Amino acid sequence: MTQVEQGGRGDAASRPYFRMGRILTGTATAIALPAAAVAIALLCGAVLLTLNGFNGTDVINVMLLGVFQDMRSVSEILLKATPLILIGTGLCVAFRCKMWNIGAEGQLYAGAVAATLVGVSFEGLSPWLYVPAVMIAGALGGAFWGGIAGYLKVRFHASEIVTTIMLNYIALITTSYLVTGPMKDAGAAYPQSARLLRESWLPALFTGMRVHIGIVIALVLALALYVFLYRSSAGYAMRVVGINPHAARYAGIKPGRNMISAMCISGGMAGLAGAIEIAGITHRLYQTISPGYGFEAIAVALLAGNNPLGAIASGGLFAVLRSGAELMQINSQVPQVLVLVIQGIVILSVVAFAAFRWRPGRKS
Amino acid sequence: MQDLLTLGFLAALLGAAWRLATPLIFAAIGEVFSERAGILNIGLEGTMLMGAFCGFAATFATGHIGLGLMAGIAAGMIFGLIFAFFTITVKANQIVVGAAINLLGLGLTSFLFRTYYVSTGRGVEIAAPVRIPWLSDLPFFGQAVFRQNPIVYSTVIVTILATILLYRSSFGLTLRAVGDHPKAVDVAGRSVAAYRYGAVLLGTGLAGLGGAFLTLGHSNQFVEGITSGRGFIALAVVIFARWSPVGAFFVSLLFGLFYALQLQLQAQPMGNVPYQVFQALPYLMTIIAVVVVGGKTVAPRSLGVPYNER
Repeated sequence: MTQVEQGGRGDAASRPYFRMGRILTGTATAIALPAAAVAIALLCGAVLLTLNGFNGTDVINVMLLGVFQDMRSVSEILLKATPLILIGTGLCVAFRCKMWNIGAEGQLYAGAVAATLVGVSFEGLSPWLYVPAVMIAGALGGAFWGGIAGYLKVRFHASEIVTTIMLNYIALITTSYLVTGPMKDAGAAYPQSARLLRESWLPALFTGMRVHIGIVIALVLALALYVFLYRSSAGYAMRVVGINPHAARYAGIKPGRNMISAMCISGGMAGLAGAIEIAGITHRLYQTISPGYGFEAIAVALLAGNNPLGAIASGGLFAVLRSGAELMQINSQVPQVLVLVIQGIVILSVVAFAAFRWRPGRKS
Repeated sequence: MQDLLTLGFLAALLGAAWRLATPLIFAAIGEVFSERAGILNIGLEGTMLMGAFCGFAATFATGHIGLGLMAGIAAGMIFGLIFAFFTITVKANQIVVGAAINLLGLGLTSFLFRTYYVSTGRGVEIAAPVRIPWLSDLPFFGQAVFRQNPIVYSTVIVTILATILLYRSSFGLTLRAVGDHPKAVDVAGRSVAAYRYGAVLLGTGLAGLGGAFLTLGHSNQFVEGITSGRGFIALAVVIFARWSPVGAFFVSLLFGLFYALQLQLQAQPMGNVPYQVFQALPYLMTIIAVVVVGGKTVAPRSLGVPYNER
């Protein structure tokens, strides 16, 4: 996908008359192909349901459309979209730099642990200071966890795919140790941390609904990362490293530094997502605060073609599908894990389309 | 603390380690073939889950463990075929396709399990232990180590066969060339794609077998996510073992030892060391392993790179 977009951009700039047309067709394919991929995946989901004795049309009626019944369910969708957009846009940066960060789940947990440590500790702090402090702690925790993999890659050529996967497990095991041991709420029967001080909670957007300002943070940061990637020289350097590290070196760009930065950015976004889950919803650290957002966000970034603006749309879509899957389980006992199958097929369709699209360019 | 050091305890630990290493041995040796041909399959986790589920379902329906194992292998190979089609024919990114395969494996097996089996709560009869004439009579070790089911013993045979196939057959020679120098193979008039398909199918078949062992030779039930990261650990085993089947056997055994220790400590706490330390140890070891091995150029040279025919 990279190659086509790079080529397209260059052509458009050199031939101003075609510019508008190129942008329009570019946008159209950028929307049409993911839409087709989602349609194929939903169709496969419907077939799977029908084959196993469920109602196949539920995929459209419940999963895609049924969740928009009232404001409350929209609020729940936004809650799910928040971590997906945050992590997904962060992964766009890492993937653009060709750092295969599979460890967002662990980075989310690292951020959640750091945020909880800060959130339970400082009594009497003003919310204006406390909320940002918790957010920053989360982002730093995640950035640190992601940075480890980046450093090991650059310093020791240790495959980031393997190290990030392993760091996932280590983060999960550490969290489970912390909430059953040192950080356990003394009075609680279940493994959980003490409750965050109220001043550190994220304020709600509307009274009576759970949706909080986390979604605003996610949208602003997604926009900021888009500007960073495509309108700043630092972001440009990162993309060059992703396309060709050797060429980058000749151009005076340090690949190692950019690779570590990309891992820190994507780790930081995942850590922030963890902090937002803690400070916005659960207000405590649990062993399982994420239902796999870190893995789902990989699909979010891929569906968006690793473009942060696209990740807003794909993150929103996946949140709808996840809410819909929950609704389907409640309404007609369809196991909600169906959503994982749909995500898998979305990814396969996207890569198939992408290959189909860029093959002619490569031959020339 | 006392009985930690007795010979009997060590023997029991070794026996458990071999049993717990068995799925890793199958999956890792399979992945050795795949990676030697230049294909990095991070979809092993989902592939093993398919093997575990289909093996369980087939044995549940027929009562035959042999049929279950074959179903596990077949299920793994079907996922392998999907993976191979997208990575070799479509030439898509191997990591992206692997991630999709993992989602599909987890989603599909959990969906089908919840739809058909979760409410039955019934398990299957797992493979029974078999005595080996002379070895099982050894003092201490005979009882604990050589009281395994035939699937566990077969890891030794698979390791030997894999070594012969990889290093002493023309198929193996070409396969290794495909991973190091695909163009040379192409110029010599053999199909790179065909060898890569073969390697991936061999690898995923073994991964499916490793998954099936979990439900037919270890626990008698399918549980969602029963592989619990073994597919990923197998990837690490391959690196640690420097892409050799014999190495994969012994490294898997080492990881099996960690699993066994951790289970032992959960049952019998030792001092104030939290059992999570041992739980995290295999993952920590893996990171150390890739750091140590990472810098050296022992990996197949074209690993992860799609090949365009001339």
